[in-house]
Amino acid sequence: MPSIKMPKKSTDTDMTPFVDIAFLILSFFIMATKFKPPETVEIKTPGSVLSQPLPAKNAVMISMDSLNRVFFTVLSENDTKKYDAIIQGINTSQNLGLTPAEMANFKNVYMTGVPFSGLKQLLATPVSEQAKLRLPGIPVMDSANNQLIWWIQQAKIAFAGQTLNYLIKGDNNSKYPAFEAVLNALKKNDEFKYKLVTSLDGLPDGSELDKVQKRSKKK
Amino acid sequence: MSSVDTSSDDSHKKGPGVKKAKKLSTRVDMTPMVDLGFLLITFFIFTATMSSPTTLPLNMPKDVEDEKKKTEVKQSSVLTIILGKGNQVYYYEGQLEVSEGKNNFKSSNFKDIRKIIIDKKKDVMSRFNAATADPESCAAEKELAKKNGDPDWENACKDMDFVVIIKPNEEATYKNTVDILDEMAINQVKRYAMVKVLPDENGLVKLTEASNGIK
Repeated sequence: MPSIKMPKKSTDTDMTPFVDIAFLILSFFIMATKFKPPETVEIKTPGSVLSQPLPAKNAVMISMDSLNRVFFTVLSENDTKKYDAIIQGINTSQNLGLTPAEMANFKNVYMTGVPFSGLKQLLATPVSEQAKLRLPGIPVMDSANNQLIWWIQQAKIAFAGQTLNYLIKGDNNSKYPAFEAVLNALKKNDEFKYKLVTSLDGLPDGSELDKVQKRSKKK
Repeated sequence: MSSVDTSSDDSHKKGPGVKKAKKLSTRVDMTPMVDLGFLLITFFIFTATMSSPTTLPLNMPKDVEDEKKKTEVKQSSVLTIILGKGNQVYYYEGQLEVSEGKNNFKSSNFKDIRKIIIDKKKDVMSRFNAATADPESCAAEKELAKKNGDPDWENACKDMDFVVIIKPNEEATYKNTVDILDEMAINQVKRYAMVKVLPDENGLVKLTEASNGIK
Protein backbone atom coordinates (compact mmCIF):
# COMPACT_ATOMS: atom_id res chain seq x y z
CA MET A 1 0.00 0.00 0.00
CA PRO A 2 1.43 3.25 -1.02
CA SER A 3 1.22 5.61 1.84
CA ILE A 4 0.82 9.32 1.29
CA LYS A 5 3.61 11.19 2.83
CA MET A 6 2.33 14.16 4.74
CA PRO A 7 4.67 17.11 4.66
CA LYS A 8 5.92 17.68 8.15
CA LYS A 9 4.82 21.11 9.22
CA SER A 10 6.81 22.97 11.79
CA THR A 11 4.95 23.91 14.93
CA ASP A 12 7.14 26.95 15.32
CA THR A 13 5.39 30.22 14.75
CA ASP A 14 7.08 33.46 14.03
CA MET A 15 6.92 35.33 17.31
CA THR A 16 8.38 38.57 16.05
CA PRO A 17 5.13 40.55 15.49
CA PHE A 18 3.92 39.35 18.85
CA VAL A 19 7.03 40.66 20.52
CA ASP A 20 6.74 43.91 18.60
CA ILE A 21 3.24 44.53 19.89
CA ALA A 22 4.15 43.51 23.41
CA PHE A 23 6.98 45.98 23.57
CA LEU A 24 4.90 48.69 21.95
CA ILE A 25 2.31 48.35 24.68
CA LEU A 26 5.05 48.15 27.27
CA SER A 27 6.66 51.37 26.14
CA PHE A 28 3.27 53.08 26.17
CA PHE A 29 2.65 52.10 29.75
CA ILE A 30 6.13 53.09 30.82
CA MET A 31 5.62 56.54 29.37
CA ALA A 32 2.07 56.94 30.66
CA THR A 33 2.92 55.90 34.18
CA LYS A 34 3.51 58.63 36.65
CA PHE A 35 4.59 57.23 39.93
CA LYS A 36 2.77 58.44 42.97
CA PRO A 37 4.97 60.09 45.54
CA PRO A 38 5.39 57.91 48.59
CA GLU A 39 2.52 58.82 50.83
CA THR A 40 3.03 58.62 54.51
CA VAL A 41 -0.67 58.27 55.11
CA GLU A 42 -3.41 57.04 52.88
CA ILE A 43 -6.05 59.57 52.00
CA LYS A 44 -9.20 58.68 50.09
CA THR A 45 -10.62 61.82 48.57
CA PRO A 46 -14.34 62.36 48.06
CA GLY A 47 -15.83 62.68 44.60
CA SER A 48 -16.97 65.85 42.96
CA VAL A 49 -18.51 66.73 39.61
CA LEU A 50 -16.19 69.62 38.88
CA SER A 51 -13.15 68.70 36.86
CA GLN A 52 -10.51 71.34 37.09
CA PRO A 53 -7.09 69.76 36.80
CA LEU A 54 -4.84 69.68 39.79
CA PRO A 55 -1.85 72.01 39.66
CA ALA A 56 1.34 70.04 40.23
CA LYS A 57 3.67 72.88 40.99
CA ASN A 58 3.60 76.18 42.80
CA ALA A 59 1.21 74.74 45.27
CA VAL A 60 0.91 74.00 48.92
CA MET A 61 -1.08 70.97 49.85
CA ILE A 62 -2.70 70.59 53.22
CA SER A 63 -3.88 67.06 53.86
CA MET A 64 -6.20 65.68 56.49
CA ASP A 65 -6.34 61.97 57.11
CA SER A 66 -9.11 59.91 58.66
CA LEU A 67 -7.68 60.46 62.15
CA ASN A 68 -7.93 64.23 61.65
CA ARG A 69 -4.17 64.65 61.53
CA VAL A 70 -3.06 67.58 59.41
CA PHE A 71 -0.06 67.42 57.07
CA PHE A 72 1.70 70.10 55.13
CA THR A 73 3.24 69.52 51.70
CA VAL A 74 5.05 71.90 49.41
CA LEU A 75 4.68 71.08 45.72
CA SER A 76 7.46 72.77 43.83
CA GLU A 77 8.87 70.28 41.36
CA ASN A 78 11.16 72.58 39.46
CA ASP A 79 12.43 74.87 42.13
CA THR A 80 13.88 73.16 45.18
CA LYS A 81 15.03 76.49 46.59
CA LYS A 82 11.50 77.02 47.82
CA TYR A 83 11.83 74.14 50.24
CA ASP A 84 14.98 75.64 51.70
CA ALA A 85 13.39 79.06 51.97
CA ILE A 86 10.38 77.68 53.83
CA ILE A 87 12.31 75.58 56.32
CA GLN A 88 14.76 78.38 56.96
CA GLY A 89 11.89 80.74 57.63
CA ILE A 90 10.33 78.24 60.03
CA ASN A 91 13.67 77.68 61.72
CA THR A 92 14.28 81.37 62.34
CA SER A 93 10.76 82.31 63.33
CA GLN A 94 10.37 79.40 65.74
CA ASN A 95 13.96 79.25 67.04
CA LEU A 96 14.22 75.55 66.35
CA GLY A 97 18.01 75.44 65.98
CA LEU A 98 18.03 73.10 63.01
CA THR A 99 21.38 72.22 61.47
CA PRO A 100 21.93 72.87 57.73
CA ALA A 101 21.89 69.11 57.10
CA GLU A 102 18.53 68.78 58.79
CA MET A 103 17.15 71.67 56.78
CA ALA A 104 18.45 70.09 53.59
CA ASN A 105 16.48 66.98 54.48
CA PHE A 106 13.21 68.94 54.41
CA LYS A 107 12.80 68.68 50.65
CA ASN A 108 12.86 64.91 50.89
CA VAL A 109 9.97 64.83 53.30
CA TYR A 110 6.79 64.61 51.29
CA MET A 111 4.31 65.24 54.07
CA THR A 112 5.29 67.12 57.17
CA GLY A 113 3.02 66.14 60.01
CA VAL A 114 4.70 67.04 63.28
CA PRO A 115 4.47 69.99 65.64
CA PHE A 116 7.45 72.36 65.72
CA SER A 117 8.79 70.57 68.78
CA GLY A 118 9.07 67.33 66.81
CA LEU A 119 10.48 68.84 63.64
CA LYS A 120 14.12 68.45 64.64
CA GLN A 121 13.67 64.77 65.29
CA LEU A 122 11.79 64.25 62.02
CA LEU A 123 14.42 66.03 59.93
CA ALA A 124 17.28 64.29 61.69
CA THR A 125 15.84 60.93 60.61
CA PRO A 126 16.67 59.72 57.10
CA VAL A 127 13.62 59.60 54.83
CA SER A 128 13.70 55.84 54.51
CA GLU A 129 13.22 55.45 58.25
CA GLN A 130 10.64 58.16 58.70
CA ALA A 131 7.79 55.75 58.13
CA LYS A 132 8.53 54.26 61.52
CA LEU A 133 8.12 57.57 63.27
CA ARG A 134 4.84 58.40 64.89
CA LEU A 135 3.38 61.44 63.14
CA PRO A 136 0.92 63.29 65.34
CA GLY A 137 0.05 65.85 62.65
CA ILE A 138 0.44 69.61 62.78
CA PRO A 139 -1.50 71.03 65.74
CA VAL A 140 -4.40 73.11 64.40
CA MET A 141 -7.37 72.55 66.66
CA ASP A 142 -6.26 75.01 69.30
CA SER A 143 -6.87 78.41 67.74
CA ALA A 144 -4.21 80.01 69.96
CA ASN A 145 -1.59 77.54 68.77
CA ASN A 146 -2.55 76.86 65.19
CA GLN A 147 0.90 76.05 63.82
CA LEU A 148 -0.36 75.72 60.28
CA ILE A 149 -0.59 79.52 60.20
CA TRP A 150 3.20 79.69 60.40
CA TRP A 151 3.72 77.16 57.66
CA ILE A 152 1.39 78.99 55.31
CA GLN A 153 3.00 82.29 56.19
CA GLN A 154 6.46 80.99 55.30
CA ALA A 155 5.16 79.44 52.09
CA LYS A 156 3.64 82.78 51.16
CA ILE A 157 6.98 84.49 51.72
CA ALA A 158 8.87 81.86 49.72
CA PHE A 159 6.46 82.08 46.79
CA ALA A 160 6.16 85.87 46.92
CA GLY A 161 5.41 87.33 43.51
CA GLN A 162 4.17 84.03 42.10
CA THR A 163 0.75 82.47 42.14
CA LEU A 164 0.50 79.95 44.90
CA ASN A 165 -2.32 77.45 44.85
CA TYR A 166 -3.72 76.16 48.09
CA LEU A 167 -4.84 72.59 47.82
CA ILE A 168 -6.81 70.98 50.56
CA LYS A 169 -6.92 67.21 50.45
CA GLY A 170 -9.14 65.58 52.98
CA ASP A 171 -10.04 62.00 53.68
CA ASN A 172 -13.68 60.98 53.33
CA ASN A 173 -13.87 60.26 57.03
CA SER A 174 -12.03 63.23 58.44
CA LYS A 175 -14.30 65.40 60.53
CA TYR A 176 -15.38 68.93 59.76
CA PRO A 177 -13.62 70.69 62.70
CA ALA A 178 -10.21 69.78 61.25
CA PHE A 179 -11.26 71.22 57.91
CA GLU A 180 -12.54 74.35 59.62
CA ALA A 181 -9.24 74.75 61.49
CA VAL A 182 -7.35 74.49 58.21
CA LEU A 183 -9.62 77.11 56.66
CA ASN A 184 -9.07 79.35 59.66
CA ALA A 185 -5.30 79.06 59.31
CA LEU A 186 -5.59 80.06 55.65
CA LYS A 187 -7.95 82.92 56.45
CA LYS A 188 -5.54 84.24 59.07
CA ASN A 189 -3.03 84.60 56.24
CA ASP A 190 -5.57 86.47 54.12
CA GLU A 191 -5.94 83.63 51.67
CA PHE A 192 -9.49 82.99 50.59
CA LYS A 193 -9.28 80.90 47.46
CA TYR A 194 -8.62 77.22 47.77
CA LYS A 195 -8.89 74.11 45.71
CA LEU A 196 -10.25 70.95 47.23
CA VAL A 197 -8.68 67.81 45.84
CA THR A 198 -11.35 65.39 44.69
CA SER A 199 -11.79 62.49 42.35
CA LEU A 200 -14.09 62.90 39.41
CA ASP A 201 -17.72 61.89 39.75
CA GLY A 202 -20.32 61.58 37.05
CA LEU A 203 -22.64 64.51 36.59
CA PRO A 204 -26.36 63.83 37.05
CA ASP A 205 -28.22 64.21 33.77
CA GLY A 206 -30.48 67.19 33.32
CA SER A 207 -29.15 69.14 36.27
CA GLU A 208 -28.43 72.83 35.97
CA LEU A 209 -24.68 72.33 35.77
CA ASP A 210 -25.16 69.66 33.13
CA LYS A 211 -27.03 72.16 30.95
CA VAL A 212 -24.33 74.77 31.42
CA GLN A 213 -21.54 72.37 30.50
CA LYS A 214 -23.38 71.07 27.44
CA ARG A 215 -23.87 74.64 26.30
CA SER A 216 -20.20 75.49 26.62
CA LYS A 217 -19.27 72.32 24.74
CA LYS A 218 -21.50 73.27 21.80
CA LYS A 219 -19.73 76.59 21.37
CA MET B 1 55.54 28.72 15.00
CA SER B 2 53.95 25.42 14.39
CA SER B 3 51.03 26.27 16.60
CA VAL B 4 49.71 28.92 14.26
CA ASP B 5 46.41 27.90 12.94
CA THR B 6 46.37 27.88 9.25
CA SER B 7 43.04 26.30 8.82
CA SER B 8 41.50 29.51 7.50
CA ASP B 9 43.79 29.39 4.55
CA ASP B 10 42.55 26.15 3.24
CA SER B 11 39.03 26.20 4.54
CA HIS B 12 37.59 26.38 1.08
CA LYS B 13 39.20 23.19 0.13
CA LYS B 14 37.29 20.45 1.62
CA GLY B 15 39.17 17.31 1.74
CA PRO B 16 37.56 13.99 2.31
CA GLY B 17 38.33 14.05 6.01
CA VAL B 18 37.08 17.60 6.69
CA LYS B 19 33.65 17.79 8.20
CA LYS B 20 31.16 20.18 6.75
CA ALA B 21 30.50 23.02 9.18
CA LYS B 22 26.97 22.83 10.44
CA LYS B 23 24.90 25.78 9.42
CA LEU B 24 23.54 27.29 12.64
CA SER B 25 20.01 28.60 12.62
CA THR B 26 19.71 32.34 13.19
CA ARG B 27 16.40 31.87 14.89
CA VAL B 28 16.32 32.62 18.57
CA ASP B 29 13.74 31.33 20.92
CA MET B 30 11.69 34.42 21.68
CA THR B 31 9.46 32.89 24.33
CA PRO B 32 11.37 34.12 27.40
CA MET B 33 11.52 37.59 25.93
CA VAL B 34 7.76 37.63 25.37
CA ASP B 35 7.25 36.35 28.89
CA LEU B 36 9.30 39.14 30.31
CA GLY B 37 7.59 41.70 28.11
CA PHE B 38 4.15 40.76 29.28
CA LEU B 39 5.28 40.61 32.87
CA LEU B 40 6.41 44.22 32.62
CA ILE B 41 3.20 45.22 30.85
CA THR B 42 1.10 43.84 33.67
CA PHE B 43 3.30 45.58 36.21
CA PHE B 44 2.92 48.95 34.53
CA ILE B 45 -0.80 48.51 34.00
CA PHE B 46 -1.27 47.93 37.70
CA THR B 47 0.90 50.78 38.84
CA ALA B 48 -0.40 53.28 36.30
CA THR B 49 -2.46 56.05 37.85
CA MET B 50 -4.67 56.86 34.96
CA SER B 51 -7.30 58.87 36.80
CA SER B 52 -5.61 62.05 37.84
CA PRO B 53 -7.23 63.86 40.72
CA THR B 54 -9.33 66.91 40.05
CA THR B 55 -10.09 69.92 42.17
CA LEU B 56 -13.15 71.72 43.44
CA PRO B 57 -12.59 75.45 43.87
CA LEU B 58 -13.72 77.00 47.13
CA ASN B 59 -13.71 80.69 47.90
CA MET B 60 -14.26 81.90 51.43
CA PRO B 61 -15.11 85.43 52.54
CA LYS B 62 -12.95 87.45 54.84
CA ASP B 63 -14.07 87.40 58.44
CA VAL B 64 -15.89 90.59 59.23
CA GLU B 65 -15.94 91.78 62.82
CA ASP B 66 -18.05 94.86 62.21
CA GLU B 67 -21.75 93.99 62.57
CA LYS B 68 -22.76 96.72 60.12
CA LYS B 69 -20.63 95.39 57.32
CA LYS B 70 -22.00 91.88 57.51
CA THR B 71 -23.90 90.69 54.48
CA GLU B 72 -27.62 90.75 54.98
CA VAL B 73 -29.85 88.24 53.34
CA LYS B 74 -33.59 88.14 52.92
CA GLN B 75 -35.19 85.77 55.37
CA SER B 76 -37.65 84.37 52.88
CA SER B 77 -34.98 83.31 50.42
CA VAL B 78 -32.57 81.56 52.74
CA LEU B 79 -32.17 77.84 53.03
CA THR B 80 -30.07 76.64 55.93
CA ILE B 81 -28.59 73.19 55.66
CA ILE B 82 -27.05 71.53 58.70
CA LEU B 83 -24.87 68.47 58.27
CA GLY B 84 -24.91 65.97 61.07
CA LYS B 85 -23.45 62.58 61.75
CA GLY B 86 -24.32 59.42 59.84
CA ASN B 87 -24.61 61.31 56.54
CA GLN B 88 -27.77 63.03 57.73
CA VAL B 89 -28.87 66.44 56.54
CA TYR B 90 -31.15 68.84 58.39
CA TYR B 91 -32.60 71.96 56.91
CA TYR B 92 -34.96 74.83 57.51
CA GLU B 93 -36.20 77.70 55.41
CA GLY B 94 -35.90 81.26 56.61
CA GLN B 95 -35.71 81.69 60.35
CA LEU B 96 -35.65 78.67 62.61
CA GLU B 97 -39.01 78.27 64.32
CA VAL B 98 -39.53 75.42 66.70
CA SER B 99 -42.53 75.77 68.98
CA GLU B 100 -45.95 74.21 69.54
CA GLY B 101 -47.59 73.60 66.20
CA LYS B 102 -44.82 75.34 64.32
CA ASN B 103 -41.75 73.51 63.28
CA ASN B 104 -39.74 74.16 60.17
CA PHE B 105 -36.76 72.07 61.19
CA LYS B 106 -36.73 69.02 58.96
CA SER B 107 -34.36 66.15 58.40
CA SER B 108 -33.32 64.79 55.06
CA ASN B 109 -30.45 62.98 53.41
CA PHE B 110 -27.99 63.60 50.62
CA LYS B 111 -30.25 61.98 48.05
CA ASP B 112 -33.28 64.15 48.71
CA ILE B 113 -31.54 67.42 49.44
CA ARG B 114 -31.10 68.16 45.74
CA LYS B 115 -34.85 68.35 45.18
CA ILE B 116 -35.22 70.58 48.21
CA ILE B 117 -32.57 72.96 46.90
CA ILE B 118 -34.11 73.02 43.41
CA ASP B 119 -37.62 73.63 44.78
CA LYS B 120 -36.43 76.42 47.01
CA LYS B 121 -34.54 78.02 44.17
CA LYS B 122 -37.63 77.92 41.94
CA ASP B 123 -39.70 79.36 44.75
CA VAL B 124 -37.27 82.24 45.28
CA MET B 125 -37.08 82.91 41.54
CA SER B 126 -40.86 83.03 41.23
CA ARG B 127 -41.03 85.67 43.97
CA PHE B 128 -38.40 87.84 42.33
CA ASN B 129 -39.38 91.48 42.26
CA ALA B 130 -37.47 93.61 39.77
CA ALA B 131 -38.48 96.81 41.53
CA THR B 132 -36.66 96.01 44.77
CA ALA B 133 -33.64 94.30 43.23
CA ASP B 134 -30.31 95.99 42.88
CA PRO B 135 -30.34 96.92 39.16
CA GLU B 136 -26.57 97.11 38.83
CA SER B 137 -25.71 93.60 39.96
CA CYS B 138 -28.77 92.29 38.13
CA ALA B 139 -27.54 93.77 34.87
CA ALA B 140 -24.05 92.41 35.46
CA GLU B 141 -25.43 88.95 36.01
CA LYS B 142 -27.54 89.10 32.88
CA GLU B 143 -24.54 90.26 30.89
CA LEU B 144 -22.49 87.33 32.15
CA ALA B 145 -25.21 84.81 31.35
CA LYS B 146 -25.61 86.27 27.86
CA LYS B 147 -21.90 86.00 27.26
CA ASN B 148 -21.96 82.36 28.33
CA GLY B 149 -24.69 81.64 25.82
CA ASP B 150 -27.47 81.00 28.27
CA PRO B 151 -30.74 80.99 26.27
CA ASP B 152 -32.58 81.96 29.45
CA TRP B 153 -30.35 84.91 30.23
CA GLU B 154 -33.28 87.26 30.84
CA ASN B 155 -34.00 85.35 34.02
CA ALA B 156 -30.39 85.03 35.09
CA CYS B 157 -30.56 87.43 37.99
CA LYS B 158 -33.84 86.15 39.38
CA ASP B 159 -32.03 83.87 41.80
CA MET B 160 -29.80 86.59 43.17
CA ASP B 161 -31.65 86.62 46.46
CA PHE B 162 -31.30 82.88 46.94
CA VAL B 163 -28.73 82.05 49.57
CA VAL B 164 -27.85 78.67 50.99
CA ILE B 165 -26.19 78.59 54.37
CA ILE B 166 -24.21 75.45 55.04
CA LYS B 167 -23.54 74.55 58.63
CA PRO B 168 -21.60 71.35 59.16
CA ASN B 169 -21.52 70.37 62.81
CA GLU B 170 -18.58 68.71 64.53
CA GLU B 171 -19.72 65.21 63.58
CA ALA B 172 -20.03 65.93 59.88
CA THR B 173 -17.31 64.39 57.78
CA TYR B 174 -15.22 66.10 55.17
CA LYS B 175 -16.97 64.00 52.53
CA ASN B 176 -20.33 65.41 53.58
CA THR B 177 -18.94 68.93 53.33
CA VAL B 178 -17.55 68.36 49.86
CA ASP B 179 -20.77 66.64 48.79
CA ILE B 180 -22.88 69.60 49.78
CA LEU B 181 -20.49 72.03 48.08
CA ASP B 182 -20.77 69.82 45.04
CA GLU B 183 -24.54 70.03 45.29
CA MET B 184 -24.20 73.81 45.10
CA ALA B 185 -22.24 73.43 41.88
CA ILE B 186 -24.69 70.91 40.43
CA ASN B 187 -27.69 73.12 41.08
CA GLN B 188 -25.87 76.32 40.16
CA VAL B 189 -26.47 77.99 43.48
CA LYS B 190 -24.43 81.13 43.09
CA ARG B 191 -24.55 82.33 46.66
CA TYR B 192 -23.74 80.07 49.52
CA ALA B 193 -21.89 80.42 52.75
CA MET B 194 -20.27 78.04 55.14
CA VAL B 195 -20.94 79.08 58.70
CA LYS B 196 -20.41 77.64 62.15
CA VAL B 197 -23.45 75.86 63.55
CA LEU B 198 -25.28 77.63 66.38
CA PRO B 199 -25.67 75.87 69.74
CA ASP B 200 -29.51 75.82 69.57
CA GLU B 201 -29.44 74.33 66.11
CA ASN B 202 -26.89 71.77 67.12
CA GLY B 203 -29.06 70.90 70.13
CA LEU B 204 -31.97 70.25 67.79
CA VAL B 205 -29.76 68.10 65.58
CA LYS B 206 -28.69 66.06 68.59
CA LEU B 207 -32.31 65.60 69.71
CA THR B 208 -33.40 64.51 66.24
CA GLU B 209 -30.48 62.15 66.00
CA ALA B 210 -31.40 60.59 69.34
CA SER B 211 -35.05 60.13 68.37
CA ASN B 212 -34.16 58.73 64.94
CA GLY B 213 -31.57 56.42 66.43
CA ILE B 214 -28.68 57.63 64.28
CA LYS B 215 -25.29 56.62 65.51
